[in-house]
Amino acid sequence: MDEIFGVPIQSFMAQLMLGLVNGSFYAMLSLGLAVIFGLLGIVNFAHGAFYMLGAYAAWYGAERFGLSYWAALICAPLAVGLLGVLVEKSLLRWLYKLDPLYGLLLTFGLALIFEGVLLQHFGVSGQSYAVPEALQGGTNLGFMFLPNYRAWVIAASIVVCIGTWFVIERTKLGATLRAGTENPALVQAFGINVPLMVTLTYAGGAALAGLAGVLAAPIIQVTPLMGSNLIIVVFAVVVIGGMGSILGSVLTGLGLGLIEGLTKVFYPEASSIVVFVIMAIVLMIRPAGLFGKER
Amino acid sequence: MTTPAVTPTVTPAAPPASVTQWLNQRARLFWLAGLALLIIAPFVGVYPIFMMKALCFAIFACAFNLLLGFTGLLSFGHAAFMGAAAYGTGWLVRSAGLTPELGILAGMVVAGLLGLGVGLIAVRRQGIYFAMITLALAQMIFFVCSQAPFTGGEDGLQGVPRGHLFGFIPLQNDLAMYFLVLTVFVGVFLLILRIVHSPYGQVLKAIRENEPRAISLGYDVDRYKLLAFVLSTSLAGLAGALKTLVLGFATLSDVTWNLSGEVILMTLLGGLGTFTGPVIGAFSIIGLQNFLADRVGSWVTVIIGVIFVFCVVAFRKGIVGELVAWQKRKAS
Repeated sequence: MDEIFGVPIQSFMAQLMLGLVNGSFYAMLSLGLAVIFGLLGIVNFAHGAFYMLGAYAAWYGAERFGLSYWAALICAPLAVGLLGVLVEKSLLRWLYKLDPLYGLLLTFGLALIFEGVLLQHFGVSGQSYAVPEALQGGTNLGFMFLPNYRAWVIAASIVVCIGTWFVIERTKLGATLRAGTENPALVQAFGINVPLMVTLTYAGGAALAGLAGVLAAPIIQVTPLMGSNLIIVVFAVVVIGGMGSILGSVLTGLGLGLIEGLTKVFYPEASSIVVFVIMAIVLMIRPAGLFGKER
Repeated sequence: MTTPAVTPTVTPAAPPASVTQWLNQRARLFWLAGLALLIIAPFVGVYPIFMMKALCFAIFACAFNLLLGFTGLLSFGHAAFMGAAAYGTGWLVRSAGLTPELGILAGMVVAGLLGLGVGLIAVRRQGIYFAMITLALAQMIFFVCSQAPFTGGEDGLQGVPRGHLFGFIPLQNDLAMYFLVLTVFVGVFLLILRIVHSPYGQVLKAIRENEPRAISLGYDVDRYKLLAFVLSTSLAGLAGALKTLVLGFATLSDVTWNLSGEVILMTLLGGLGTFTGPVIGAFSIIGLQNFLADRVGSWVTVIIGVIFVFCVVAFRKGIVGELVAWQKRKAS
C-alpha cells in the first residue's frame, strides 16, 4: 500500500477530494456574497438559507412532482432567485441609505424565518436525495477511486464561477454592474435602470446559492440547519479573501476547502476550526484580506 | 467600494437645557419605579426562576448595548463569552469546589480574557467586517466547547450547586438567589451609566459618531474599542456565570450564534443606545419565549425572525427610543 506521510494514499486523496467539494461550495457562496455586497452594500446573512432552500426545493420537487435532478438544477435556482426578488423589492429596498449593519440584521431575521418555517414543516431530521443515475458510480484513476458525482460538483462549480467572473469582468452587462458599484447616481444618469439592476443582482446571488444547494443535496443530508452552519464558515472565507475580487474569493474558497480536507487527514479534531484559525492569522498579517484592498 | 465622503455634519440643534433636565428627571423616576417593581416581583407571585433568567439576560443585553449602542460596534458573537463564562463558572464551582462569589468572578475573568483575544483580532477591521469576524471567532469557541472534555458535549454541564454566598447566605433559597441577581443587575446598570457618562464614554461616543474624526483628534481608537470590548465581554460573562448558578447547568445552546442573534434583538427592540432599552427588550423576548414555548413549537424561531425584520425595517429606535422621542416632541 502506498502511503503519504503515513496515511494511505487512497484515504488521503479521498479527503482531499471532499475538501475540494466543500471548497467549491465555499467558492460559489462567497462569490454571491461578494457580488451582492459590491452593489447593494449588504452582507447577506440569508445566503445560507437560500442555499438550504435550493436543496429543499430539489428534494421536495423530486418527492412531490418527480422532478428530475437535471430539471431541479434549473428550477430550484429560479425559484430561489424569485424569492430573492421578493425580498429585495419588499424589504431590502428600505435599507440602502442606512448603515450596512442593518442589512446584516434584516437578512439574519429572514434566515431565522426561512429556517423556522422549514423546521416546522419537515423537522430536524435530514432528508436524503438520490444521486442522479448518470453520475452514479465512480472511476478508478489508478491511485484513487473517484466518485463521479463529486467530480461533477467540482467541475460544475468551477464552470459556474468562471462564468460569473466572465459575465462581470468581460461583458457590457458586467461593466454596467461594476460602474453601478462605483457610482450608482452617475450610472442612473446615463439612463440605466439601476433599481432593476440591483434587484436582479440580488436575485442572481440568491440563485447562485440555490444552485449550490441543489449540487450539495445528493452528498449531504438536507436539513433546515445546513445553511446557517455553512454561512458562518463562508463569512470567514470572505474575510480571509477580502470582498474586493471575484477570482480572489473563488481561489480562497477552493484553497480553504483543501486545507480543511488536509486537516481532516492529519488532525481531525481541528478540522472544524481550522478556517477560523487561518482567518485570525490572516487578519494579523493582512487585515484587508488576501485579495482585498484597504477601504 | 466607495469611501464615505467626509461631509461636515450639521449637529441638530440641542433641545433647551430645561427639556433635557426634565427628561432626565422623568427617566430617573422611571428607573426607580422599575426597580421597585423588580423588588416586589417575587412577593406578588411572579415565578422567581423566570425573573432571574430575565435579569441575567438583561445584564447580558446591557453589556452588549455598551458595545453596539454606545460604541457602534456590532459583535455578532457575544453568546460565546456568556457561554464560556457559564461553562467556566459551572466547572469551577462543581468540580473544583469554588465558592459562588469566586466562581462568578472566575467566569468574568474567563470571558474577559477570551474577549481580549477576540477583540485584539476583531478591532483590526471596521463595520461589517467586525461583525463577521466576531461571528466566526465565536463559532470557533462554540466548536471548542462542543469538543472539550469538561463541557459534557451535547448533554451540557449538569448539576452545578448554588452553594453559600460568602459562606453563610444559602443561595439554594430562591429569594436569596433572586436578590443576589438583582443586586448584581443594579450594579451593572449603574456601572454602565458611569462608563457612558465618563470622559472615556464620551470618546466611545465620538468613535461611534465619526471614527475618522476621532482618529484625527489623536485618539488611539483601537485601544478604546478594545477596552470597550473587554468590558462588555466581561459583563456578558457575569451574566453567563449568574445564569449557570440560577439554573444549575450550562449547555451548548448558551454558546450558539442563535443566542448572539437574540441579544442583538433584545437590544434593538428595547432601544439601541438607551439605558433601559436592553432591559425592557430582554424581559420582552424572554417573556415571549416563555409564553410561546409550549404553545407553538418551532414557530418561535419564525416569530423571533419576524420581530427582527420588523424592528430593522420600521422600528429602529426601539421601545424606549420611541418613548423618548415622543416625550421630546410633547415637551417642545
